Amino acid sequence: MNRRTKLAGSLFAAALLAAGCTGSGGASKGADAKAPVDPDKVSGTITVLTHRTDLVQDGTMKKYAAEFNKTYPKVKVEFDALTDYEGEVKIRMNTENYGDVLMIPAVIKKSDYPKFFASLGTETERSKKYLFTDFTAVDGKVYGQSPMGALPGFLYNKRVWKEAGITDWPTSPAQFIDGLKAIKSRTDAIPYYTNFKDMWPLTNWTYADGAVSCDPKATSRLAEGDPWAEGEDLRVGDSMLYDIVRGGLAEKDPTTTNWEGSKPKLAKGDIATMWLGSWAITQFRAAAKQAGANPDDIGFMPFPAQKDGKYCATMSPDYNQAVNINSDHKGAARAWVDWFTDKSGYAADNLTLSPVKGAPLPEVLQPYEDAGVKLIELDDAKGAEVKEIDNQSEVGIYKPDYRQDLVDLARGARKGSLDDFLADLSKRWEEARKSSGS
Amino acid sequence: MTDTTEKAARPKEAAPAATTARPRAPRGLRLRRGLTPWLFLAAPLVLLITFTYAPVANMVAYSFTDWDGVSPELSYTGAENYVELFTRPELFEVFFVSGYYLAASVVQIVLALHFATVLSFNVRFRNFFKGVLFFPYLINGVAIGFVFLYFFQDGGTLDSVLSLVGVHSDRAWLGTPESANVSLAGVSVWRYTGLNFVLFLGAIQSVPGELYEAAELDGATRWHQFRYIIAPGIRPVLSLTVILSVSGSLSAFEVPFIMTGGATGTETFVIQTVKLAFQFNKTGLASAAAVVLLLIILAVTWVQRRLVPDDKVDLV
Repeated sequence: MNRRTKLAGSLFAAALLAAGCTGSGGASKGADAKAPVDPDKVSGTITVLTHRTDLVQDGTMKKYAAEFNKTYPKVKVEFDALTDYEGEVKIRMNTENYGDVLMIPAVIKKSDYPKFFASLGTETERSKKYLFTDFTAVDGKVYGQSPMGALPGFLYNKRVWKEAGITDWPTSPAQFIDGLKAIKSRTDAIPYYTNFKDMWPLTNWTYADGAVSCDPKATSRLAEGDPWAEGEDLRVGDSMLYDIVRGGLAEKDPTTTNWEGSKPKLAKGDIATMWLGSWAITQFRAAAKQAGANPDDIGFMPFPAQKDGKYCATMSPDYNQAVNINSDHKGAARAWVDWFTDKSGYAADNLTLSPVKGAPLPEVLQPYEDAGVKLIELDDAKGAEVKEIDNQSEVGIYKPDYRQDLVDLARGARKGSLDDFLADLSKRWEEARKSSGS
Repeated sequence: MTDTTEKAARPKEAAPAATTARPRAPRGLRLRRGLTPWLFLAAPLVLLITFTYAPVANMVAYSFTDWDGVSPELSYTGAENYVELFTRPELFEVFFVSGYYLAASVVQIVLALHFATVLSFNVRFRNFFKGVLFFPYLINGVAIGFVFLYFFQDGGTLDSVLSLVGVHSDRAWLGTPESANVSLAGVSVWRYTGLNFVLFLGAIQSVPGELYEAAELDGATRWHQFRYIIAPGIRPVLSLTVILSVSGSLSAFEVPFIMTGGATGTETFVIQTVKLAFQFNKTGLASAAAVVLLLIILAVTWVQRRLVPDDKVDLV
């Protein structure tokens, strides 16, 4: 007996010892990744961590690397594609070994950026040339650059909407819902598809933020006030989602939806509408081709709200590329980030916005330009605060859960009224805002 | 495990006691003898410590911090996380969902016991049925989740099968909290019955065959045989299974996480903990929740052991 307790004791001590050893590595603070002056002098092998497993598998990334080598012949670029990008990188970032170039995972706090990434330059200097610089700026220095940007919008099947007798984009949520009702009564298509089961498509509804009010400071307003107050962007968006589902305009069984399966369905006209981002257009066109449907049937329309007779759409960055602060080849890594943003054609290949200011809109967004949709760049000065409140309150405006609850509420699978539901969100948001001391 | 093996083991245990009187071996030999078992134990102990005790100790340590899971900075906040846990009753409401799994495990144990009993007698295609029953347990939980998503889909396998027998159900199986939880619990019954079945079968087969013969001579029916021979014979395994089922119900995770992600009222305590840790980056609070779950399970097990003490089985 005595011996056994001794053994257990030493086991526990050993375990504690091991626990003590697993702290995170000390981070050196505030290094710069300077852009190399002479391309021929940069050398080294760099590893790029990416979430685009598809592009690594089909060799597209290799082609980019080969193109890059024409300018920087002495740099070898290797790719490490991660399927569960967020989850895996988060764990790797507890060590110093997280590639030379990586996409900044959403979980990293903005204030921690200087501990993990090398700075790419000052905000004043970079914002002259690039969009989205303030999304990664800490104390005036920029730590990442998104290689592409996207606009939120409704992907819709033009043919189905036309069959229902609607040719003009709706200008208000009520008109939009009437449109969906017309589709329901006049066609066989499912008017709206939530993609409930795959969850992340529901988070897109947060991008109603800014589209309704047309206010570049919409994100700051989230940090300063109640996002679900009457007339606020998120309330308008969430109420619209509620009304769609409440009115029986969404798929019958949201709990078993299928994202991959939904693409050809929209292309063929079995589904009329989905709220996604402009990045999805290419995927849906490809799905249309594969399903033998007409890719030109896939249309893209802005959120049905107008300010002064104009639609608004917010430009938002994709993952931001950054340079690991522990990298031995910061010059080469920086060269890759710059080249990939400026010259790779990555944004154009994906039919998305280029982050370089003044670059033309991709051809798929031509209708946006024709309709005079105002593109606004959201001011992200309070973005970090919003995320902090979001996590603290466990509301999750960038997570799918509360929208799933909202859909359940609208379907009647959850008891309560919309007003109470939104009031509860407001309350939690408010409490977290106060406790985080902003 | 059973009485027969225990009996066989007893004489061997007695043997070294008889030889303790022999002269002491030289020092080096004694040392080597002392070390030998540790050498054999080294590998499993290292594995056990690195993969079980160290993470648990780590988790306990994190539960006293406000760590977000990645930031190099963390501060000790004392018992704050535990205070928060116990002042937010809504965090424990999810244990209602465990009720569905608990009810399902009753069904599961009864089913497994029934099949194990039937198949321990001489039945045609016995081995085939054993294989069929055990098979679901061999499949990866993730695959099961995906398969059953198709199964419960609108117009999916379940609906087609029902329409074959003339029932035209027009319902979303995962659509309301009740039917979603019942469906998910059903999947977990499908998955784990095989494991229980194999445990029971092993226990039943270690009951000496003469007992049945004697019982049959005395005119016992199958039910009598079950009631007076099999059931008492496998009691230790039965109580072990109950403990496993209860702790399994409290910590249900894989099937609901993959199939619904906790939507529509199917969130279990573990899913909630995972969301706290990885969605809202409250690793400290989530660790505290995990510690609490561990303590709850230990407490439940302890109470169970108290109510049903682990008696020795003595049939003969």
